[in-house]
Amino acid sequence: MSKKTLFDKIWEKHVVHRQEGHPDILYIDRHFIHEVTSPQAFNGLKKRGIPVFNTKKTLATADHNVPTKDQHLPIKDVLSRFQVDTLTKNCKEYGVELYDLNHPFQGIVHIIGPELGLTLPGMTIVCGDSHTSTHGAFGAIAFGIGTSEVEQVLATQCMLQYKPKRMKIEISGTLGKGVLSKDIILYIIAQISSSGGNGYFVEYTGSTIRALSMEARMTICNMSIEMGARGGLIAPDEITFEYIAQDRQFAPKGEALEQAKAYWKTLQSDEGAEYDAVLYFDADDISPMITYGTNPGMGIKIDGQIPTLSDLKNEKEHSSFINSLKYMDLEPGHALLGKKLDYVFIGSCTNARIEDLRLVADFVKGKKKAEGVEVLVIPGSKQVEKQAIKEGLDRIFIDAGFDLRNPGCSACLGMNEDKVPAGMYCISTSNRNFEGRQGPGARTFLASPLSAAAAAITGRVSDVRDFM
Amino acid sequence: MSDKKFTTLVSTCVPLPIENIDTDQIIPARFLKATTREGFGENLFRDWRYDSQGKEKPDFVLNDGQHQGEILVAGKNFGCGSSREHAAWAIRDHGFRVVISSFFADIFKNNALNNFLLPVQVSEYFLEKIWVQVKADAQVKITVNLESQTVSLPDGSSDGFDINTYKKACLLHGYDDIDYLLSMKEKIRDFEDQDKSGYLSTGKMATAN
Repeated sequence: MSKKTLFDKIWEKHVVHRQEGHPDILYIDRHFIHEVTSPQAFNGLKKRGIPVFNTKKTLATADHNVPTKDQHLPIKDVLSRFQVDTLTKNCKEYGVELYDLNHPFQGIVHIIGPELGLTLPGMTIVCGDSHTSTHGAFGAIAFGIGTSEVEQVLATQCMLQYKPKRMKIEISGTLGKGVLSKDIILYIIAQISSSGGNGYFVEYTGSTIRALSMEARMTICNMSIEMGARGGLIAPDEITFEYIAQDRQFAPKGEALEQAKAYWKTLQSDEGAEYDAVLYFDADDISPMITYGTNPGMGIKIDGQIPTLSDLKNEKEHSSFINSLKYMDLEPGHALLGKKLDYVFIGSCTNARIEDLRLVADFVKGKKKAEGVEVLVIPGSKQVEKQAIKEGLDRIFIDAGFDLRNPGCSACLGMNEDKVPAGMYCISTSNRNFEGRQGPGARTFLASPLSAAAAAITGRVSDVRDFM
Repeated sequence: MSDKKFTTLVSTCVPLPIENIDTDQIIPARFLKATTREGFGENLFRDWRYDSQGKEKPDFVLNDGQHQGEILVAGKNFGCGSSREHAAWAIRDHGFRVVISSFFADIFKNNALNNFLLPVQVSEYFLEKIWVQVKADAQVKITVNLESQTVSLPDGSSDGFDINTYKKACLLHGYDDIDYLLSMKEKIRDFEDQDKSGYLSTGKMATAN
């Protein structure tokens, strides 16, 4: 029997039909939808006069455009409100479960899937959002899709897909102090560039990955898309099973859980399985990271220097590098350490889970934010928010002068009111530093929650290791 | 957008020689609040095209009065970032039917094909050739032939491009993925009934209590 990768195993199990020259018809176990990329898909169903194929497998929430203040009041922004109302209407009409702003399970779609036990090993999971790759942390094939594909899944619970190539990224060794999983993924992307994973589905392995918590693994898989990969996954293990067993609303329990675990344990790549590409990294080489440019591949060690033109291997990159620094108003060869900041954003599907908030709270406890810097803390979900309050983290944030708000995607993409003004610098725990991502003209430095916490206290780009 | 077929196109082009153009540049998130597919062309490349007052930036290629046509030619790794299909809608709505680049991000490529916008991936060498010729003469016409999977310039030079046979047939004949998937409904129903993807796939979702 041929040796298979974990990805192959899950994929093959979901192929409904295979035809020469055609993409596979792939069955989808979980489909998440939100207000921004679903309305046109429902319009498509309406036009064809067809129902949702299996309403039990789609779940909706409102997260992308929602305000993070006064969520109990009607949404002020007319267009946002209309979009959320349209989601509500569509869900009602087609029989899809919705966690709206008043629901205790509402939150960023990639945060609520795992925390509710809807994301499980061996599944195929899609959503009209590129960071669907997050769910791969459970050993699932999870990837972002476009709205036409959302319509396909609503209509048939399947999609047409060509099998991507498989890449293995192995990271071994113990992480240094102050280095988080966010630094691992920023480091990898800086090494292979924002297109280095194009055409691949990545499996992360190695002792460094094995030692990470589920939430830390989610941060890594979340940013797989930022290297151009379709998604990333991690084989499930005891850490995965323990996470799922923590009283998660929709996860199997008791006998069902034991049965499930027996199956989940088979979800491993076979010894000697072949990949189309294999990369190795050493945890010793990884420091706290920060981006300086306008794509996530433009990252450096937080105490390093911005590259110069002569450092760039490819001459073709020169013009985009120059444009990028111009946009960021930064100089080649300069350090970022000490750079003055205007905003700190702690949030997004990358880093707004309870562990992230705990790390930040632990660091800032008893400290105050620097003058002149605005610090936004946006929990990933209502459940994260509730837990943070239960643990008293809210007090720590408020005492530090942070602005703790309600859940949503917020300033990660600036679809709601939470924007960074033009020309201002923001250190952000989110996933993208594209031009204008956090608001027109906004300048983003991507970093870990700890680096963001340190920056909030000093008001400058800081090396968290100096405080340890 | 009603044009759901593609065979051949001969057109001048709009050159955008920038690498890693992400979908946030193509259509910024703040313009994603519509609930229909139409009208996104207005905000295509919004922040490159207009200043903060909404005035056209004269040096941007869509405003320079020199370049127009149904073909957009862009640098490597076009369409990276967010999965928003609005990016493909915006490009299509603006009137483009082809995007040429030396590399496309996966999700964008699928989104484009699903909207009958043809992504044509050429070699770096050929892309360079297009830049040079368009710089010399903005009126240079590019021919894209889907049947033969070639893109050619008036000087006779050409390059081939890949497209999977299934999508090629969809574009040539004007049918889409849902038509095909719906024709497989019985097979899908069987697959689901037999729970072939694993017992968990039938796991009761939702109805929170």
